[in-house]
Amino acid sequence: MDPKLLTIEALSVHFHLPEGVARAVDGIGFDLQPGETLGLVGESGCGKSVTALSILGLVQSPPGRIEAGRILFESRNLLRLDAEGLRRIRGRDISMIFQEPMTSLNPVLPIGRQVAEPLMVHKALSRSEAMAEAAAWLDHVKIPAARKRLDDYPHQLSGGMRQRVMIAMAMVCRPKLLIADEPTTALDVTIQAQILSLMLMLKSELNMSVLLITHDLGVVAQMASRVVVMYAGQVVEEGRMTDMFDQPFHPYTRGLLKSMPRLGDRRAGRPPRLNEIPGTVPSLIEAVSGCRFAGRCPHVFDVCRKQQPDLFKIGAGQRARCWLKRYPDRRKPDA
Amino acid sequence: MKRFFRNKNFTVGFILSLIVIIAAVISLIWTPFDANRMNAKLRLQGPSWQHPLGTDQYGRDTLSRVMVGAVNSIIVGLMTVAIGLSVGVLLGLASAYYGKWVDETIMRFSDFLFGFPAVLTAILITSILGPSMINAMLAISIFYIPVFARLTRAVAMLIWEREFIVAARAAGISEWKIAWRHVLPNILSTLLIQGTIQFAVAILAEAGLSYLGLGTQPPHASWGRMLNEAQTYMSLSPWMAIFPGLAIAWAVLGFNLLGDGLRDTLDPKMVRIR
Repeated sequence: MDPKLLTIEALSVHFHLPEGVARAVDGIGFDLQPGETLGLVGESGCGKSVTALSILGLVQSPPGRIEAGRILFESRNLLRLDAEGLRRIRGRDISMIFQEPMTSLNPVLPIGRQVAEPLMVHKALSRSEAMAEAAAWLDHVKIPAARKRLDDYPHQLSGGMRQRVMIAMAMVCRPKLLIADEPTTALDVTIQAQILSLMLMLKSELNMSVLLITHDLGVVAQMASRVVVMYAGQVVEEGRMTDMFDQPFHPYTRGLLKSMPRLGDRRAGRPPRLNEIPGTVPSLIEAVSGCRFAGRCPHVFDVCRKQQPDLFKIGAGQRARCWLKRYPDRRKPDA
Repeated sequence: MKRFFRNKNFTVGFILSLIVIIAAVISLIWTPFDANRMNAKLRLQGPSWQHPLGTDQYGRDTLSRVMVGAVNSIIVGLMTVAIGLSVGVLLGLASAYYGKWVDETIMRFSDFLFGFPAVLTAILITSILGPSMINAMLAISIFYIPVFARLTRAVAMLIWEREFIVAARAAGISEWKIAWRHVLPNILSTLLIQGTIQFAVAILAEAGLSYLGLGTQPPHASWGRMLNEAQTYMSLSPWMAIFPGLAIAWAVLGFNLLGDGLRDTLDPKMVRIR
């Protein structure tokens, strides 16, 4: 029996736009063990959200199209399932929470009904049973006076409360996998911490796996045990969270880590300057022959521009898509 | 409810419409006189204590006939909006959801219906099916289907793009339930506003058709029919034309203001555009 809960193999998702074909996701692969939290990291437009939507078969088509690959969930290829089969998995085995709690809840439906709806759909509960369970879940995600709040509309709740409602809605059917797409990005920092600890609590309680999509390495450090870094539609580095923070290999991963503000820098009397990665992400429409990060990489050399690197094994469970593995002497010491 | 009555349009419209509805309801159980009873001695009377709105060429009491006519108008308004709304919403939702050839077919069909002037279409239909109140309603309803289909399609497409629809899909809710429980409630207020306004238009259209002799048939009282009959006696007894005419204007104004008031209150963005 395969111990993996989710395996993505060579997944490619292209968007057929009037300007050309955008390779939003270009042959990515990773897997997720039961009970594991995997952080999927990268900047805006690197394909993280598209990856998440592909798992649930929610990529808008047209213009999006899944060109190749397999998504195995409990050894079943989700890409082969018909619409009805996929619908039965959504919200029951795999749930998703979104970035904007403001727009992800239906403004004209009371929150109780929205939380209860998956129960009525998947578990065939009656309206009143589902509402009772919804109240219990709202209470569980620490919404004060949950029972009285069932008839509230989303606009009567704060952003943090709305995200709690979203989480309750995703949890009611006790999914095996939760996909969280930037769950805290739209919230202010104190609320972020509360939501993250709530997610941690629920995760251990339900023993579910979490695919955490974020650009915030701080969030990853708190939540994830493993990290996959994406750049321009590809996986550029993956490994255990601790390894990735202690000894990142790929120049992009290093750049990401360096661009995080650190309190220590200011205390040491250094100018409080943020290190940015120079340049911008290459267009996904133009075909790139070499490494996609070559244009922004401080270590770039001739091979990088000619040929695309593979994901080379770096250490135990750590892999990076970088020619520096083959040509270690090309790494510039201080960059 | 309070916030509705803060709006002047709504309040005035509500009162005017309510009076029409009350008059109609009362007429079902009581009218001052039998609306169809003729009285040769009292032909073409002006307003008096006995007949506040006068009598017609057969000596029938105009007040009673205007009250009965209100029932007629309300039935026409309700039925046409109900038919146009239910069929139009279904077609509009299908159009917005399926897109492609479904959308093309439904929208070209709408264009086709829109291409004919409404009155001509109605005359065509009633002349084929024969003049009667039912056929007049049918004619108006057919013209209403594309009105509601287009409106539904336009608003539903906006709703279908919203993130909470993706969230509902991610929760495993079927497309049909998403349309019914997530999209429809979001466009209900728009449909209510349009429905109220179309209600007023239907009253006017039925009056027009009945005036032309294509709608309600004598001896049943209908405001348009009364205007038609009054035409001959215009110089002799203008009252006969004035009161049914006023009733039409009153009801149409009332339901239109009600619709405007609803729009101002339910759709605040529209107010800012104005």
